Amino acid sequence: MEGIVKGRRIDWSSIVLYVFLTGFGLVMLLPLVYMATTAMKPISELFLFPPRFFVRNPTWMNFRDLLLITGTSFVPFSRYIFNSIVISGSIVIGGVLISAMAAYPLAKHQMPFRQFIFNMIVLALMFSPIVLQIPQYLLISRSGLMNTYFALVLPYLAAPVGMFLMTQFLRQIPDALLEASRIDGASEWQVFWRVIMPMLKPAIATFALFSFIQAWNDPYPSQVYTTQEDMKALPLAIQTISGGAGVIARVGTLAAASFLMIVPTIVVFIITQRMVLQTMAHSGLKE
Amino acid sequence: MSANTEAAVPATSAMQASPVRQGRMVRLWADVKRNKVSYLFLAPFLLLFTFFTIIPIFMSVGLSFTYYNILEAPKFIGLSNYKLLFVDDDIFLKAIGITLKFAFITGPLGYAMAFLLAWLISQIPVKYRFFYTLCFYTPSITSAVAMSVVWLYLFAGDRKGLLNYYAMKLGLIDEPYLFLQNVDSIVPVIIIVSLWMSMGVGFLAFLAGLQNVPKDLYEAGAIDGIRYRWQELIYITVPAVKPQLLFGAVLQVVSSLTVFDVSIQLVGLPSPLYAGHTILTHLYDYAFIKFEMGYASAIAVVLFAMMIGLNRVIFKLLGRD
Repeated sequence: MEGIVKGRRIDWSSIVLYVFLTGFGLVMLLPLVYMATTAMKPISELFLFPPRFFVRNPTWMNFRDLLLITGTSFVPFSRYIFNSIVISGSIVIGGVLISAMAAYPLAKHQMPFRQFIFNMIVLALMFSPIVLQIPQYLLISRSGLMNTYFALVLPYLAAPVGMFLMTQFLRQIPDALLEASRIDGASEWQVFWRVIMPMLKPAIATFALFSFIQAWNDPYPSQVYTTQEDMKALPLAIQTISGGAGVIARVGTLAAASFLMIVPTIVVFIITQRMVLQTMAHSGLKE
Repeated sequence: MSANTEAAVPATSAMQASPVRQGRMVRLWADVKRNKVSYLFLAPFLLLFTFFTIIPIFMSVGLSFTYYNILEAPKFIGLSNYKLLFVDDDIFLKAIGITLKFAFITGPLGYAMAFLLAWLISQIPVKYRFFYTLCFYTPSITSAVAMSVVWLYLFAGDRKGLLNYYAMKLGLIDEPYLFLQNVDSIVPVIIIVSLWMSMGVGFLAFLAGLQNVPKDLYEAGAIDGIRYRWQELIYITVPAVKPQLLFGAVLQVVSSLTVFDVSIQLVGLPSPLYAGHTILTHLYDYAFIKFEMGYASAIAVVLFAMMIGLNRVIFKLLGRD
């Protein structure tokens, strides 16, 4: 599509567009900026009246407090970070592998029940897994997996969104490439690793981003599936520091913890965004 | 593909050799066996999907007809849970009202905002797009838990709260307004925060779809007499990105019916006078605080039915070509 700026004359509509987008964009960023500045405020500025938006004497004190001193009572804060990394990492890696393996035959093989399975996945897109939390909890607790990493990872591995995105993405890849490697004598497994996985890269990056954000931010698995403090993950730990809704305690430390929590998701998005947009172009649903 | 065509040759010869008609089931079974590699690839996903999605759906429905407190075995009580839910549970009826009010405001508004912003961004040169994408998308990848530190301060009820301070300085109000305690302002605050976080996966889908609309469509449109940008939007762009619109709508329905995190982080559970109580908070309350799993399952089934039902409506509206 042609850009809005045509020729050299001043184009008012494009100026309005840029002003609007920039203004609105900055408003959307404000809460995040506020969080970043709060994380760096020394105590003298945290409870200042009148309240101050930006920090004047930035300090890393809050981060030091968070990592060295707090650690809610008896578990060091680094343990929560470790747990979060293990859990999100396993969900991302396992989920990507499982979804990619499933997407390959659904997109490229002719077999009975193919359409049925795909329709089932689309149906699963239409509801949130949260409605299934109770039976999932019962299954996990009955199988003795409470307080293990398995409980925090297994229920989230088979994600319909990832499978759907990958299948749609694979469908637009020409079959000729697969044929060629099959004629060269590659087994289906080799075709999958040597041809499908490299071509799926954008879709893998996209799903990795989504599942990472989901896993990293969700406090409920560790709230529901764990009873031991040392198995809990970051989001729940942050809730504990804040003491719940309405309590304003340790604002600086809390802001530092929240800041640490948000940074990885933004970094992952910046790294993957090009591939994400490439993948989302094939995300369409048709009836 | 070739694996199947190769394999298809022996299958057809087997069919000719066999007595005139094989049962359909037998043929299907042969077909399944021939494709066993495909099913092996699917197996890990399908196993986990069955165990953590399909079985739980049936369990939820089953449990919703029982009284179950985890300690004792479930006891069948028929439709009592549903009767209690829809007839006697005032708080649930209130929660449905709040959820629907919320869904009918943030759903369409967030959806329209996501599409319009994506469309506006697609009008500017590619090299500048990333900055704007980042501005609008970043809020949706922050967690409600982490952002509560900002919202609680912004909407704090005393004169030190950011919003109250500036409103009083500008003379809009005389005394601090209790945003998070006042029954009238709880839902609007949750709506504002959710809208801020609503440019999610759907937004990216729109953005990508809009970037890939074939250029010749616009040229053809110009020849056919399309003059204004909005005509272009309605007659060419929207039909071209319809599949993405449908995908975005499905995700929007799910996310606007499951407002939960934001409510709990901002106003707590239970919220003052249950003013921020949604179906999902009610579910969580009964499932993991009161441990009445049967009753909570009935709530889950209602929510599940609402999601599927609303999505069916969306498919009817947007799915037609």
